[in-house]
Amino acid sequence: MTRRDTYWSTKLAEISSRRPTAGKKYEEWNKNVLSPWNRQTGSKEDDRENTSGIPVKPVYRAEDVPADYGDRDLGMPGEYPFTRGVYPNMYRGRLWTMRMFSGFGTPEDTNRRLKYLISHGESGLSIAFDMPTLYGYDCDNKRAEGEVGKCGVNVTSLRDMEVIFDGIDLSSVSTSMTINAPAIILLAMYLAVARKQGVPFSKVSGTVQADILKEYIAQKEWMYPPEAHLRMIRDMMVYCTRNVPKWNYISISGYHIREAGSSAVQELAFTLADGFHYVQMGKEAGLNVDDFAPRLSFFFNSSINFFEEVAKLRAARRIWATVMKEKFGAKSEKAMLLRFHTQTSGYSLTWQQPLNNVIRTTIEAMAAVMGGTQSLHTNSYDEAWALPSEKAVKIALRTQQVIAEETGIPDVIDPLGGSYYLEWLTNEVEERAYRYFDQIEKLGGILEAVKKGYIQKEIAQTSYRRQTRIEEGKEIMVGVNKYVEEGETPIRILRVSRKAQKTQLDRLTALKGFRNESDVRKSLEKLEASMHNPSENLMPHILQAVESYCTLEEISNVGRKVFGGWKEPVIV
Amino acid sequence: MFKDKPVKVLLAKPGIDGHDRGMFVLARAFRDAGMDVLYAGLLPTPQEVVDTAVNEDVDVIALSLLNGAHLTAFKKVSDLLRKKGIDDIAIVGGGTIPDTDKPKLEKLGISGNYGPGTPLSVIIDHVTKRATESRKKKMGSG
Repeated sequence: MTRRDTYWSTKLAEISSRRPTAGKKYEEWNKNVLSPWNRQTGSKEDDRENTSGIPVKPVYRAEDVPADYGDRDLGMPGEYPFTRGVYPNMYRGRLWTMRMFSGFGTPEDTNRRLKYLISHGESGLSIAFDMPTLYGYDCDNKRAEGEVGKCGVNVTSLRDMEVIFDGIDLSSVSTSMTINAPAIILLAMYLAVARKQGVPFSKVSGTVQADILKEYIAQKEWMYPPEAHLRMIRDMMVYCTRNVPKWNYISISGYHIREAGSSAVQELAFTLADGFHYVQMGKEAGLNVDDFAPRLSFFFNSSINFFEEVAKLRAARRIWATVMKEKFGAKSEKAMLLRFHTQTSGYSLTWQQPLNNVIRTTIEAMAAVMGGTQSLHTNSYDEAWALPSEKAVKIALRTQQVIAEETGIPDVIDPLGGSYYLEWLTNEVEERAYRYFDQIEKLGGILEAVKKGYIQKEIAQTSYRRQTRIEEGKEIMVGVNKYVEEGETPIRILRVSRKAQKTQLDRLTALKGFRNESDVRKSLEKLEASMHNPSENLMPHILQAVESYCTLEEISNVGRKVFGGWKEPVIV
Repeated sequence: MFKDKPVKVLLAKPGIDGHDRGMFVLARAFRDAGMDVLYAGLLPTPQEVVDTAVNEDVDVIALSLLNGAHLTAFKKVSDLLRKKGIDDIAIVGGGTIPDTDKPKLEKLGISGNYGPGTPLSVIIDHVTKRATESRKKKMGSG
């Protein structure tokens, strides 16, 4: 056994030793009250379980949580291990950020939209990219046909980024870019715009998602083998820690893992395991954990099994703080805080009776808030049909505003804390996550587990089991397998025009006319040379290529040549 | 009809779209229903999908897209198949396909076009029905 192995098994043993034993009072009640009642009324006591397959009892009592549970496991808000929240005042100080993620066809459309938001007081901008950009293809690639400007804005070169941020002072906004495989290139473009505006890198702030491990696990947007992408993330970490200190270079995401079919426990375990890998990587690159860990943030899903979600989010904070302190030696509390964004579950929404989705989203949003989220995106009721319409987006935002302003929920921190059920479930979810960490370590770490397809298979199995349970009526989706209505009328949905493709193609043609081809060639050659030297930081070379107006695909192709592509392990 | 050779189906996402949850569920469900299942992997081009379908002599190509590009991408697969003069491979579709797009796809011979929440049994029955048509044509053409 290696030393790393020991931490997880020791931790597991420690948690198991604290497990409470079944209470006498409960057994008596079950025998003397519940069972006779069921016999008399003809009720059947069937087995219940949540999405993680955790069986749940009919009722919970104080003895379901360990006797010394309290200060050690819960603490107070803003206190280690942060189970009850990362800040002392939580929403009493400031509400969560209502961050609605969206995409807009052309760079010009996006620029108009951003300026509109800024004029209404927004300073946190959020940008979604289209599929070609996410995969590192230019708008004139054959694969991009029909996809340009759908699901987000298209960025083929620095020219597009210049248009997006035309007239927007990058020292006064913070920009979140949902981009993974080519994140280092998009960040370079953003920095290039800042440089042109004369804004020093030290004043540039924002986020790229750049969580490549979850791409191999769930979202499947990659360009190269995992090691090549991980090196680029390392280079971003090192470069930003030294030069762009306000940049959040990874948003470690469980959202996509859950949408791909995982359970809540799997989402939690695989996401945190990814996070631990990045922390290890930063340490191995010679960075101090207290310096870079505060720049890591998380992104979770909130689905429909209410208590399971709240328990997951509380357990996430506790595990992260504990492991950062005990295993990675973090000293500063900031490096132990798990701050996260939440999005309600797209998978839980149904195509049938779409207005029911408003209710589902409301319940999921409440779970996110009671779980202590820092920001929240609520899905629109028409998303099982198409990209959301404006009307549907507005209702989704109003949902958050009603929770924030009318319900009183934000008035008390961790309002469900102390519920026997929730505290028991938080412990249960935590223990199951540690079991996965132990298992992943035994497989040689998360990277190996992903390359072997272990994680993907675990998720596919859960997803198939869930689907089977729905087919068998063991799990209910209203309007799908119960309370079904025939002959539903379609709702109004959004249509995306094709003008984006033409605008982008025209701009690319113009670009190839004005740029200096010898600069382009030279910077791509330099980049290629640097890729062959693993200890060299790629960031300055990519910045150079971007500023020479090399296109996204030209830059991506250098990596495709040096590192090759990636074929995923067999999962089906 | 399928006694010696079970229904052979190729699952494919002919575009840049990584939403493969439904594909994996279908792959298992088709297999449990006794079908011979092939999966084209991620990001195949329509040409690659058609080439695999022809080389493997499948009965049905089951296409899925959740990125809104079904009208462009599904049509490409259908056009390529037609250009090769192949009529004994059926195409079925699924994903986030608005009702108004369904007749357009049907006209291209792409049937099913099921949305989320469709019972697996409905999809299996439909694929079997289309496979039966393909098999009859395959037998007819000797």
